[in-house]
Amino acid sequence: MLAAVAQSLAFGILVGALYGLAAVGLNLVFGVTRFLNVAHGELLMFGGYASFWLFTLYGVDPFASIPLSILFLLLIGLLLYKVLFSRMVKLPEGDKIRNTLLVGFGLGLILQNVALRLWTADDRGITPPYAGEAFTILGVRFPIVRVASLVIAFVFLFALQLFLRRTYTGKAIRATVEDWEAATLMGINVHSVYLLAFVMGAALAGVAGTLVSVGYSIEPAMGMHWTLKSLIVMVMGGLGNMTGTFVGGLILGVTESATSILISGNYRQVVGLVIFILVLLFRPQGLFGTKEG
Amino acid sequence: MLKLEEINAYYGDLQALWGISMEVNEGELVALIGPNGAGKTTTLRVITGLLKPTSGGVRFHDHHLGKEPAHKIVELGISQVPEGGRIFTGMSVLENLELGAFVANARRVKDQSLKWVYEIFPRLEERKNQRAGTLSGGERQMLAIGRALMSKPRLLLLDEPSFGLAPILVEHIFEMIREINRQGVTVLLVEQNVRAALELANRAYVIENGRIVGQGVHEDLLSFESVRSAYLG
Repeated sequence: MLAAVAQSLAFGILVGALYGLAAVGLNLVFGVTRFLNVAHGELLMFGGYASFWLFTLYGVDPFASIPLSILFLLLIGLLLYKVLFSRMVKLPEGDKIRNTLLVGFGLGLILQNVALRLWTADDRGITPPYAGEAFTILGVRFPIVRVASLVIAFVFLFALQLFLRRTYTGKAIRATVEDWEAATLMGINVHSVYLLAFVMGAALAGVAGTLVSVGYSIEPAMGMHWTLKSLIVMVMGGLGNMTGTFVGGLILGVTESATSILISGNYRQVVGLVIFILVLLFRPQGLFGTKEG
Repeated sequence: MLKLEEINAYYGDLQALWGISMEVNEGELVALIGPNGAGKTTTLRVITGLLKPTSGGVRFHDHHLGKEPAHKIVELGISQVPEGGRIFTGMSVLENLELGAFVANARRVKDQSLKWVYEIFPRLEERKNQRAGTLSGGERQMLAIGRALMSKPRLLLLDEPSFGLAPILVEHIFEMIREINRQGVTVLLVEQNVRAALELANRAYVIENGRIVGQGVHEDLLSFESVRSAYLG
């Protein structure tokens, strides 16, 4: 029993890193632009398919295809921002959240059906030659593909933090998250910051999608599932708090695993929603956020 | 230096400014006074481009600001200390100051400006690595002013710098504003603290219900209710 629990917690952390990465992208977009892009999960799916086809058609290693997945999603992000989301930047905050939510739902359905049309409803996964390899610590099995994914997720989080803390552009992003009007008075073009945050969020979804396609599997309808996880985790982490969000992802992954082994697998999906409601009720600023302004 | 001509501005359907005309000359320290809700902050928002007027013109040197986006106006040399300071509380004091020097021209001379701001407000240097959210009210106002100075403004707009501060701190902040002006920065000061503002400024405009109703040095303005009550009340 103990071994089974340990194994399940390990898997929880491994999947949690991907929840975290996906949610960090969503948080970046929502924190800066107040666009609630519920098609975030569909962007992740596109990243997954990009790597899947690169592997299947050209034999590109999935980890090596990450830069291409990023590039692909940067372009999709740019297109979506210019065509759709830029029309909503001037709305007051409440309307912005509501309208982008509706647009995001529609967009999600469209992208999902495009994927269905192009690539069928089959579950797809990337199986590189090293896919089955694993190492064992104290009886707990760690598949190397998933461990590598965890490391890569960490690297991207770390790089993002470095960018946000050390560069002028990163500081402009953080200032815009806090108070876009005060940021404007610093001479920051907040519309450029919005665009940048949006495409960066899309790119992070792309990376997460690639990692999902290699450690797990992808299919056209996966988007809503990932959007939901990202939303839950973003609320746990708190607006603009990237490290908190990533940790929130790990917590969700572990909690889900613990629930399925200690209670029942049927409740696995429920526990996240319970956390979501509890956090909103008792710590709306996020698990790691502070209230003061 | 700065000239507003017949500005009309709306918030939605509500007209907030009615034909505002005023002028600030190079090197002056001008106050804009009036009761709460008279349109003082709105006037500043029009100058900084956060609110576009429906008619009338804003000129700064040879530039027409009417069509310039707000972030471009900062590049031209106008910097605003917004009401309540609006510092970035989640960031360090130093990061706040660095953001003040965001525009390219200011960024080139950032280190010099930083020294200058630290000379004016030594407290900020002591606290530079502290999170801005942990500062006291007076320190926050100093940071807000310091941040605005980091953009090397030719014209500094101050919105209620005395708001919420103890009288002793107000005196200190006003002394620093006088010093900043003496060093060559033109200042437009918006204040509800009429008495203190009139003593500091070279001259003042009185605004009531979105209209400029008077201007001059403070003796000239005693006929206005809002000015008189500040002195007698």
